[in-house]
Amino acid sequence: MTDLTSLTIMQAGQKLAAAEMTSVELTRAYLDRIEAVEPQVQAFITITAEQALEQAQQADERRKKGEKGPLLGIPLAYKDVVTTLGVETTCGSRILEGYKPPYTATAVRFLEEAGAVMLGKLNMDEFAMGSSTENSGYKITRNPWDLERVPGGSSGGSAAAVAARMAAGTLGSDTGGSIRQPASLSGVVGLKPAYGRVSRYGLVAYSSSLDQIGPFAHTVEDVALLLEVIAGHDPRDSTSMQTADTGFASSLKQDLKGLRVGVPREFFIEGIEKDVESAVRRAIEKLAELGAAIIEISLPHTQYALPTYYLTATAECSANLARFDGIRYGPREQAGNVLETYRKTRGEMFGAEVKRRIMLGTYALSAGYYDAYYLKAQKIRTLIKRDFDEAFRQVDVIAAPASPTTAFKIGEKVDDPLQMYLNDIFTLSTNLAGICGLSVPCGFDQAGLPIGMQLLGPGFSADRPNAGEALILRAGHAYQHATDWREKTPAL
Amino acid sequence: MATYEPVIGLEVHAELLTESKMFCPCAVVDATSAAPNQHICPVCTAQPGALPVINRQAVEYAMMVGLALNCQINRFNQFSRKSYFYPDLPKGYQITQYEHPIASNGWLDIEVAGSDGQVISKRIGIRRAHMEEDTGKSTHVGDASLVDLNRAGVPLLEIVSEPDFRSVEEIEAYARKLRSILQYLGVNHGDMSKGVLRFEANVSVREAGSNVLNTRTEIKNLNSIRSMVRASRFEIARQTEVYENGGEVKQQTLGFNEVTGETRSQRSKETASDYRYFPEPDLPPLMIDPAWVDELRAKLPELPDAKRGRFVTAFGLSEDDAAVLVSDKAIADYYETGLKAKGDPQKLANWITIELFRYLNEANLEITDLKVGPAQLVALINMVEDGQINNNTAKDVLAIMLEDGREAAPIVEEKGWGLISDTSELEAIIDNLIEGNPDPVHSYLGGKEGLLGWFIGQVMKETKGQADAALVRDLFAKKFDTLREQS
Repeated sequence: MTDLTSLTIMQAGQKLAAAEMTSVELTRAYLDRIEAVEPQVQAFITITAEQALEQAQQADERRKKGEKGPLLGIPLAYKDVVTTLGVETTCGSRILEGYKPPYTATAVRFLEEAGAVMLGKLNMDEFAMGSSTENSGYKITRNPWDLERVPGGSSGGSAAAVAARMAAGTLGSDTGGSIRQPASLSGVVGLKPAYGRVSRYGLVAYSSSLDQIGPFAHTVEDVALLLEVIAGHDPRDSTSMQTADTGFASSLKQDLKGLRVGVPREFFIEGIEKDVESAVRRAIEKLAELGAAIIEISLPHTQYALPTYYLTATAECSANLARFDGIRYGPREQAGNVLETYRKTRGEMFGAEVKRRIMLGTYALSAGYYDAYYLKAQKIRTLIKRDFDEAFRQVDVIAAPASPTTAFKIGEKVDDPLQMYLNDIFTLSTNLAGICGLSVPCGFDQAGLPIGMQLLGPGFSADRPNAGEALILRAGHAYQHATDWREKTPAL
Repeated sequence: MATYEPVIGLEVHAELLTESKMFCPCAVVDATSAAPNQHICPVCTAQPGALPVINRQAVEYAMMVGLALNCQINRFNQFSRKSYFYPDLPKGYQITQYEHPIASNGWLDIEVAGSDGQVISKRIGIRRAHMEEDTGKSTHVGDASLVDLNRAGVPLLEIVSEPDFRSVEEIEAYARKLRSILQYLGVNHGDMSKGVLRFEANVSVREAGSNVLNTRTEIKNLNSIRSMVRASRFEIARQTEVYENGGEVKQQTLGFNEVTGETRSQRSKETASDYRYFPEPDLPPLMIDPAWVDELRAKLPELPDAKRGRFVTAFGLSEDDAAVLVSDKAIADYYETGLKAKGDPQKLANWITIELFRYLNEANLEITDLKVGPAQLVALINMVEDGQINNNTAKDVLAIMLEDGREAAPIVEEKGWGLISDTSELEAIIDNLIEGNPDPVHSYLGGKEGLLGWFIGQVMKETKGQADAALVRDLFAKKFDTLREQS
């Protein structure tokens, strides 16, 4: 019998539909796999085995009653930044240790309604701040391809769990690359939808104007299936878009003839690893072979993305994280008065990177500095958005590396925040512009570490009939279909 | 020595009595009586991941107030985050309109006594009105603090005046009128004991006639019009004294001690909070469609000034009576309901402003607490008009009605207070009087017709005031005519 955990979501769904296996069997297979490799990978903060089996049983019963659906009975796991009713949600932070939310995030609720099974909650950089998952308050997740290396971050647990076949698919969140960069470093597919595509209700906010939930899986096709379910307007999130866009999965059937692919010269710069650059360039050639027209483009404000991002995100996080005060939930370090209680609780429970960003953001918003920092960043953000608007008048999708490097060693960059920040240099501008991005495996470096190609598509626009996600999923799927990178799997 | 005048600007925080809170579906309840922390949800308790959604009704209420205050309603609206730490502020920031308020540049005319005692009208500028959310309530018990989040997220409208006030009488008139307008609009019930209206006064003083704006102090957390007036009066005197002694007023935030009646420093400018405002990323800008504004403008109810004018022109009431009747919407409603029950406009106004007001004052009640409804009052007044009881009896009947809530007629009957209009009964009394008083009868018949009053008075005495005076007069007239013919 083949290992059920090697099935894609699409394949598993077909087997379930054909009654060749049950969701309980599939879920057991994943729980066994977790038991076997989780001690090495450390992707989970919470494993909900019992609940998963119950949900699997319910899914099987629903199917017996005639219900269908590609996610019915499929075992998934979620980054610990989305709320799950009654199941501990920590955001990778000690300040939320033991916190059991009174409600479930909309994206998770949609998946539950579709019959998905939750295996557990995944490790992450504390409050999604980081690029390696080393900033977790709980554990360091390891890259399944090389346990000495990081899986990327901040959704490192979500990427590693898929790479290590501990879940058929996962949810992550992407504020400046936190889905695409770990997908690239862990050799899986990861999608950041356009801002407003997926409800943020229940996504614990890092930077509200940049955060977006998105899926990880082995194939573009699977990612499309997951997007199909989690996308859609939510009256509880005023920034989620009213849109009728669906059919992400069905858009994959189209070939690439006539698709215009832009290659931004600003994304192939000094500092990018040779193997990464050549793999991505070969992947772009492959797109051309498949019928796409390759067009060189320019995104002139790319160099300002990093400072713009770090002013915007930190400013927003300084307010977003103010609610973690030890008063209503989470552990409290009681002191003599309320101010001291705040200081002690926040001082002891937040990690160094979180405190660094809160301080940066507080500073950027302070009287006398607001105009020079926060306001200027918003103006540049507009220019970056215009770069993409301009580009998407010439091309349908943009192809670029997802990360300038492959997975780096654990501990290699922890003492140098700026080096760490630079690892997101190719992903930050996507969030600033509100557009969508996909990372698809496109090869390996000489050390055998995975490389990802990033495909960027437009965001919401009244005059654009097709969703950007449909374009990048179509390109990614065609590429994945024409290549065999997926056949190589990490040896665990 | 120079005389000084105050320069005051007011900020009024009015809770908007919408069905649900500003950004979540929780009910808006009376924060002073509801059991604590019952009307809360993930949004208003700031659970991680929860998001605000703007309450459409709150926006409508805010626009209605803006229109009633002659403001422009701004098309582009944006909410901001105002950051500070306090346990009753769950998110660690308050969502409020900062740079882009819903309403701006309006005015309100108030009536105050001029120097010669005449009532004059004065126009007060309204700088802006903006929407925000209320905080929870902290209660300090011993060395512990309790937080009730029922109030957290209740919609608030902050109405900011220009510094146009030059006396405490003006701020009082303004506050009362504003409160009345909010009641008329149905957006706030005006009961300050429930904390639905709160005030802040920005006070400075200067030499009378000067145009300079001196350093001001800000008196916060004033929970009633009375406190606001007391605090401002104290602060004006304090600052005047500082200047008279050659000192300088320090810019600071003050609190008001209800017990001592004094203002005291809360914090000075040097340690002022930096609220780090920035646009709320969870709420896209709110664009107000001008058609929506027009729709609301057309639906605005009649406001106090218009109602007062109508009472004067349509019912011939005096300006003073009309002003008193419209000052409180509940009173105006009472009056108008009474009119619908066919009450005489002037007599009804008199009964309300004299008899009812006296009772309300003595009993410390609101008109809505009365056991006597407007139709019942009109029925009583009409009994006087129809000659069934006289005016003084009616007051006694009203006193009973106010106590037990019964109708006037059964009380009159039970007490036997109806006027004697039985002709034969009255004729017998009159005949007795005429027989027993030959001298006055003689004088009357001899031309001293003024004595008729004395005769009527005797009948009233005999009947303990319950005789129908008009009927008695008629009967006497007839009797004397007969006597004249006989003699």
